[in-house]
Amino acid sequence: MAHLAPTPVLEPGQDRTMILNMGPQHPSTHGVLRVLLEIDGETVVRMMPDIGFLHTGIEKTCEAKFYQQVVPLTDRIDYLCPMTNNLCYVLAVEKLLQLEIPPKAQWLRVLLNELTRINSHLVWLGTHALDIGAMTVFLYCFREREEILKIFEMVSGQRMMTSYFRVGGIALEPPLGFFDRVRDFAGYFPSKVDEYENLLTGNPIWMMRTKGVALLTAEDALALGASGPTLRGSGVDIDLRRDMPYSGYENFKFKVPISQEGDVFARYMCRVQELRESTEIVNQALAGMPEGPIKADAPKVVLPDREKMKTQMEALIYHFKIITEGFAVPAGEVYQAVESPRGEMGYYIVSDGTAKPYRVHMRSACLANLQTLPKMCEGRLLADVVAAIGSIDIVLGEIDR
Amino acid sequence: MPQESAITDLEQLKNHPAVARLLAWNSSAVQSVKFDREEMTIGVARENIREACALLRDDPQCAFNFLSDITCVDWYPSEPRFEVVYHLLSIPKKERVRLKVRLHSGSLAVESLTSVWPGANYFEREVFDLFGIRFTGHPYLRRILMPEDWEGYPLRKDYPVEGYR
Repeated sequence: MAHLAPTPVLEPGQDRTMILNMGPQHPSTHGVLRVLLEIDGETVVRMMPDIGFLHTGIEKTCEAKFYQQVVPLTDRIDYLCPMTNNLCYVLAVEKLLQLEIPPKAQWLRVLLNELTRINSHLVWLGTHALDIGAMTVFLYCFREREEILKIFEMVSGQRMMTSYFRVGGIALEPPLGFFDRVRDFAGYFPSKVDEYENLLTGNPIWMMRTKGVALLTAEDALALGASGPTLRGSGVDIDLRRDMPYSGYENFKFKVPISQEGDVFARYMCRVQELRESTEIVNQALAGMPEGPIKADAPKVVLPDREKMKTQMEALIYHFKIITEGFAVPAGEVYQAVESPRGEMGYYIVSDGTAKPYRVHMRSACLANLQTLPKMCEGRLLADVVAAIGSIDIVLGEIDR
Repeated sequence: MPQESAITDLEQLKNHPAVARLLAWNSSAVQSVKFDREEMTIGVARENIREACALLRDDPQCAFNFLSDITCVDWYPSEPRFEVVYHLLSIPKKERVRLKVRLHSGSLAVESLTSVWPGANYFEREVFDLFGIRFTGHPYLRRILMPEDWEGYPLRKDYPVEGYR
């Protein structure tokens, strides 16, 4: 909240410009982003994003929790892709512990991650189109998102704050009928993407509002630290799932959509194609789902099954110890990054050998992507600011943490 | 869970492209190296960090062209108290490296990377806001997450989790 009293940007004699305050209570700032705009008529001269309204000190809170207790906090950072955050965090802790994760758990994680990506992109597409004036798409997107949320509820008991992944595996076996339901969804979803594309891709109004708007060159995007579709929309070919695979992504075949133009439309095309690619990954995960355990063989870290607890003394002791004292993690530090729907989501965890993390830092993709906004908007029309904000797909919870 | 111990011997790691490049440039810039859990960490002298980053970005063997992250760790009460941590990513080589600068609590300032990567701007402001470390040469070093009139630096270890009452 740095700009409560913005530095005066009006020089004496320069009375052509005025300061316009946009947000934090503005329907198209996707939460509580405040943007200060210096405008000359309809042209944006300068732009200053102002963040921090949603800062809850999650990084500080993590330092007072056991490693497992941090997982629910990671949901709440980026509430549109909880599973991605869960995954990134547990991968980082598992790297610290050097745990081996059984294949079935890895594949389930990939499956749920891609559903999360679809979920997140659907919210983005709906709200982005709504910002630009296409009401119908919003309703269509939320119809399909509802089904994904029901799948999440089925598997984790929660629609949004899933906390389904555990250090060393996943919480529970998926219930009966889960795979059929996902298969159904993956079967009909591509035709729904066709529906969205019918409404938008060739639509002359959509093209006028998005093509050539909020341009970002590849050099600028790299220098400003943009990642994910914001970077790929400018023609930089990087996807961590393919280039630095984690959690068994090397077993999946998928294309990484790239657009060269670097405008709002390019970023839109990247994400819409990612919807199709993610469905493809979901199909592959369903077809090749391995059998076996869903938790690593590490009794000091992973909670024992309920059945064992009732029959084996050891299991009961380990359960008591893990719940009351947590599990100690060897000293060291790791940085684990995953490709979240918005870009490079990274967790930097420092352990001092105790049961609580010494330091947890989240590398937020949105925070870096937000820095590209002034570059996109300065010198452009005021009306395009809304399209630009929508096109970088920000989640303020992740920016402010 | 077999734990492999970390390699901290400079002799064994001097062939890593980033280490080799920094050593060839200025051997006093590399203060420590560590290879642990498949991750490379290089401790860099405080006065060299900006040039070291520019070097690693422009060298074709390293090509660390993407700044992933800047953050900080507080090792209160030991000295040097703070470690500013930089994560670089090489998109062409698909490799990461971590650079570290250690700071004594007497002089909490380090050169800003904004001239190398403009994207360092928000990351450095965040570190300034939450740890109180100054980045010299930063264009707009103001609080970013906390209110402008906030007292103290919340992520320091001597700041209570529940805040001052």
